[in-house]
Amino acid sequence: MSNNSFTPVLSSREIGAAIHDEVIPAEHPWSGIVRKGQVFRIIDSEGCQAVDTLFYSLADHTERYSAQDTVLAQGTPYIGPGSVLYSNRGNPLATVIADTSGSHDTSAGACSCESNTVRFGHQTKYMHACRENFLIAVSRHGMDKRDIVPNINFFMNVPIDPDGTLAIADGVSSGGDYVEMVAHQDLLCVISNCPQVNNPCNGFDPTPIRVLVWAD
Amino acid sequence: MPRQTPEQIAANRARYIELKSAAAGRAPVALPPPTPRDAPLPSADTVKLSETLPGGWYWTGIVQQGQVVRVANPGATPGVSLLAWNRTDPSERYNHADTIKIQWTAELRKGRVLFSDMGRVLLSIVEDSSGRHDTVVGGSTPASVARTYGADSGVRNARDNFILAAGKHGLSQRDIPPCITFFAPVTVTADGRFSFDAAGVTPGDFVSLRAEMDLILAISNTPHPLAPRVSAVPVELTIHSAPAAGPDDLCRTATAEAARGFVNTDAYLSA
Repeated sequence: MSNNSFTPVLSSREIGAAIHDEVIPAEHPWSGIVRKGQVFRIIDSEGCQAVDTLFYSLADHTERYSAQDTVLAQGTPYIGPGSVLYSNRGNPLATVIADTSGSHDTSAGACSCESNTVRFGHQTKYMHACRENFLIAVSRHGMDKRDIVPNINFFMNVPIDPDGTLAIADGVSSGGDYVEMVAHQDLLCVISNCPQVNNPCNGFDPTPIRVLVWAD
Repeated sequence: MPRQTPEQIAANRARYIELKSAAAGRAPVALPPPTPRDAPLPSADTVKLSETLPGGWYWTGIVQQGQVVRVANPGATPGVSLLAWNRTDPSERYNHADTIKIQWTAELRKGRVLFSDMGRVLLSIVEDSSGRHDTVVGGSTPASVARTYGADSGVRNARDNFILAAGKHGLSQRDIPPCITFFAPVTVTADGRFSFDAAGVTPGDFVSLRAEMDLILAISNTPHPLAPRVSAVPVELTIHSAPAAGPDDLCRTATAEAARGFVNTDAYLSA
């Protein structure tokens, strides 16, 4: 998807009115609850920072974000304004209602120590990775590796060409860009603020992000 | 967190560009053309299982390391979906995102491999007459079947078939990741939309997948959710033994990424 044609969709919400406002340091995991009808914003504070994100139904964690249900429903592999994020049971979890960046990925998944060895060589095995963050975060909610499914990568640019070629390209987000979603049911949101430095998803230099929640 | 220095950033960027261009330069050279559709069948004395999978149904079972699963599509049904788990530890399973990201392509064909979430190879595409498979969108669901066939069609879908197949091994919904669908020519157009090329599904196509560790396998004979409305027709499953892969084996050597994946797989299996 060419980002040249992207039209930002802005939010009118005031930062001061948020009921939750938290900085997630570079490379850290995070989890939090977003209730039905609440609005959840992720700010890419410094730009070009991949935010690996998963959603689980708070009432039943076996219902969770499904990348394939989501891309099938919308007919495109990229997440952007209007994208409805679907669960593995075909239920809408959230809808993207504001987005100043565009080109969010949900096909390339999260980095791991194990896949890093294959992608970048075995010298990268002992480097922090998103699935390490995910495991720590989901373990606090009674879940384990079986519950970690391919996720959304907000602010990560992964174009898929007509011949199938796929690569993590340079990010298109600038400092302060944000994406905002409204929750359609009570959600557990799990984030890995991506620590990857072996590809351009974080501009080779991971940075903090910020999450906010509004009551509506 | 300590920030990366400009020198570290430059070095990591240079290494990424080198890996990317090496992959782009090597894979088209190393990967062979599709297998001829009339390639010989496995000889009868090697066949361990031969089964006709009716349209709409699933098959599940154990496939041992080194055995080959051949899925033949004589009636050109548009899509046969597949999932695989490590038999010893089913928390290790097919990972569609790692599979396409590691290999720098969503287009899998003869010579490519399917990765687990643990950086190891589960299955190798040792023969493939089609090369037209969907690695991104996945299989049909109750919602997609309702859209294509109507609310009460009774048409079976891949998602529920996988729940049933996984259930036969004591696995549950938590164990069902995104799947791969063979014989489903899905591409992403230049304007970023999915396109299904129905004319790209050819009668007689087949794919042969070699198990690289002992696997639980689930195969769903259900048309792809982007395919035109059709009635699923039977596909033919054959599981057969094959000579052990040698050091010059295509799938073990075609790409640097696959070679590193097999380093991990071999280390795991020899532990």
